[in-house]
Amino acid sequence: MHWWLPLKASTFAGPIDGLFIAILIITGIAFVVVEAGLIWFILRYRQRPGRKAFYTHGNARAEVIWTAIPAVTMVALGVISNHYWVQIKGRNSIPPNAYPIAIHAKQFEWQITYPGPDGRLGTADDFTVRNQLHVPVGQPVVVHLSSEDVIHSFYVPQLRVRQDVVPGMDIKAWFQATVPGDYELACSQLCGMGHYKMRARVTVHTRADFDAWMKQAAQGATGGGTGS
Amino acid sequence: MTTAAAPQAAPHAGHAPMGFWRKYIFSTDHKIIGIQFLFVSLFFLLVGGFLAMQIRWQLGFPGRPMPGGGILPETMAPGGVILPEYYIQLVTMHGTFMVFFAIMPLLVGVFANFLIPLKLGAHDMAFPRINMWSFWTAFLAGMIMLAGFFVPDGAARAGWTSYAPLSARPDLSGASYGQMLWCISLVCLGLSSILGSLNYITTVINNRAPGMTWFRMPLSVWALFITAILGLLALPVLSGAAIMLLFDQTIGTHFFDPAAGGQALLWQHLFWFFGHPEVYILILPAMGMVSDIIANGSRKPIFGYHSMVFAIVGIAFLGWMVWGHHMFVSGMNPTLGSTFMVSTLIIAVPSAIKVFNWMGTMWRGNLHFHVPMLNAVGFVAMFVIGGLSGIYMAATPLDMFIHDTYFIVAHIHYVLFGGSLFALFGAITYWYPKMFGRVMSERWGKIHFWLTLLFYNCTFFPMHIYGMGGAMRRIYDPTQYDFLKPYQPLNQFITISAFLLFATQLIFFVNFWWSLFKGKKAEQNPWHDNGLEWTLPSPAPHGNWERVPTVYRGPYEFSSPEVAEDYLPQTRKLPTDREPVLAPVAGD
Repeated sequence: MHWWLPLKASTFAGPIDGLFIAILIITGIAFVVVEAGLIWFILRYRQRPGRKAFYTHGNARAEVIWTAIPAVTMVALGVISNHYWVQIKGRNSIPPNAYPIAIHAKQFEWQITYPGPDGRLGTADDFTVRNQLHVPVGQPVVVHLSSEDVIHSFYVPQLRVRQDVVPGMDIKAWFQATVPGDYELACSQLCGMGHYKMRARVTVHTRADFDAWMKQAAQGATGGGTGS
Repeated sequence: MTTAAAPQAAPHAGHAPMGFWRKYIFSTDHKIIGIQFLFVSLFFLLVGGFLAMQIRWQLGFPGRPMPGGGILPETMAPGGVILPEYYIQLVTMHGTFMVFFAIMPLLVGVFANFLIPLKLGAHDMAFPRINMWSFWTAFLAGMIMLAGFFVPDGAARAGWTSYAPLSARPDLSGASYGQMLWCISLVCLGLSSILGSLNYITTVINNRAPGMTWFRMPLSVWALFITAILGLLALPVLSGAAIMLLFDQTIGTHFFDPAAGGQALLWQHLFWFFGHPEVYILILPAMGMVSDIIANGSRKPIFGYHSMVFAIVGIAFLGWMVWGHHMFVSGMNPTLGSTFMVSTLIIAVPSAIKVFNWMGTMWRGNLHFHVPMLNAVGFVAMFVIGGLSGIYMAATPLDMFIHDTYFIVAHIHYVLFGGSLFALFGAITYWYPKMFGRVMSERWGKIHFWLTLLFYNCTFFPMHIYGMGGAMRRIYDPTQYDFLKPYQPLNQFITISAFLLFATQLIFFVNFWWSLFKGKKAEQNPWHDNGLEWTLPSPAPHGNWERVPTVYRGPYEFSSPEVAEDYLPQTRKLPTDREPVLAPVAGD
């Protein structure tokens, strides 16, 4: 079992894990200051015969300090986070050369439509497979997410990508895998009784592998059936 | 005018003795109503905990027959093995009971009722009869929610957040009556909370004793007052949304069903517009009562009283602008995500102010570690973890990764158990003498505290690790996923810790019941506190005061150099004190 974040297998992993570490440091400092302070006070100022508490109602300078430091830290954290947020989810964040894949979610499966050899969705050579997402490494991929029935959520932990799939909405999400391998796509929004088994295999191929798979899968599907 | 307005004559003075039903069941006495809320919500706390134990069994030992599970019907757990459809009922109802029927009524129903009139020097609530209705409506709501388990198809199955269209379409969720009962119950509960909130707000504004100015009110009353305002504004939104959802389920409207032109995200906006203020309803009263207890336990005035008041108001105000942080990956416009991120991060500031002021209160104090103080300090230590872990989710890019994982489960339990429940253990122990005239066992209170602190952290801290690994919430069988299989030993550790945590809570319940009958008789002021309630006998009589007391100072004058003792009650007149100029009854 891991005691840390999962394998970094996409370009999002760098900034996201970096933010995680930055916040871990900030919150770690705050945690140590508070808990160590509490323990120190508990030991140092516990009741003793003859002790009388120091009579004070507060200190304006202390209030200003412990208001200002968190305020500045939080605003800075917001500015940094937003920089990456715009790159990941911003309206214009999807790279123009992204490889399109359409994913239609329904209770309790993922129907994944590939653009076929021509690389364009909505043409005659599109084909659909169930619960198998194949993507090339090193190329941006944009998934067009739609739902048949309820809200599902597209989540691949190693790729650090998540997007809810909402009925009545067409939502695009993109990512770029960096490490070839087999991962799992999990539905991460409660979608009914079979939610726990709404999973798909994700295969990140090298470019050559992907082309070979595409050729074979397109032939197997012979012009847009619902394969395997 | 230099003379005080004459205190009102006590309306209940010389009251004829009442029968059992009027006195204990259909009572209009705010203290009895608070105690009724206490018994009922402790029952629901046990129910919620019991559901949690079944969830933990399934997660630790998926597919294995649950000990004692054989008594459950075939539709839930044939042979004791929990079914997926029963599992999602468990997660739905655990969240629902804990949030709406345990923590919220324990904090607000119990302590707003019990403390506001006692701490302000009032004879009762402004509207005692409405107060009685508020309790009985809440009781009815709880019974309707509980009935869900006994109807065909079982209880609601769409999570405590009840996201549409799953919750709106019985054909998709598999739950028909249970889902409707969920809506009806919450409409009732909403009505109860609105009635209660109106009462608390009116009482605080109108029924303060002479000399009880706004800035002499205890922080518990400030917190409960601000909470009541949140409740009054937030609960109608939930009730409205629940009515819309009920219409979608029953009479063929399509507010939330995109298949017929509705909007799925509309439910989330309505639910969280209520839901985030609700989060503060669940923590502000705890913060207020902890402030009272820490000042008492430290024998020191609260540090930065005015900052504490402004922080409560600040949290409540910002609480209306952060609901979208539950929806960063929902498909909502990502630009909105940026604004909600900033408002969410800013809310850490008033929370930090509160934590540092509690520490400031303890600094150079004379710390008495009675059971309420232990729990209050436990609250601060644990709330800090819950508060800090919230920052991870607030950062939008990181939320994309840890949203809906066990990281958020850990976070909410650090806030609601580590925060609210520790505060409640402290508060119940603290005001128990004034409720029942007896004191809870000190020794068992301490044992309960230390064991709870240990098992609580063993249960919830590893969930952060599990969530960092990407483990999703609400998964019936995590071993379905290859990447989660290695975490099974961790899950079993959490499960065993959770069982021990649950068993530890039985100590509290036994202590509570045992002390009712056999506890040490309480003095009038067992904690040597300054509040008005401690000038009354324990338990406090119906109508509270023969004559309304006069208040000369704030509630936190501990270790004042003006007196020899280390406390100075709000009602004690020193030679230098002047009579209050105006009775606040005439408008403050």
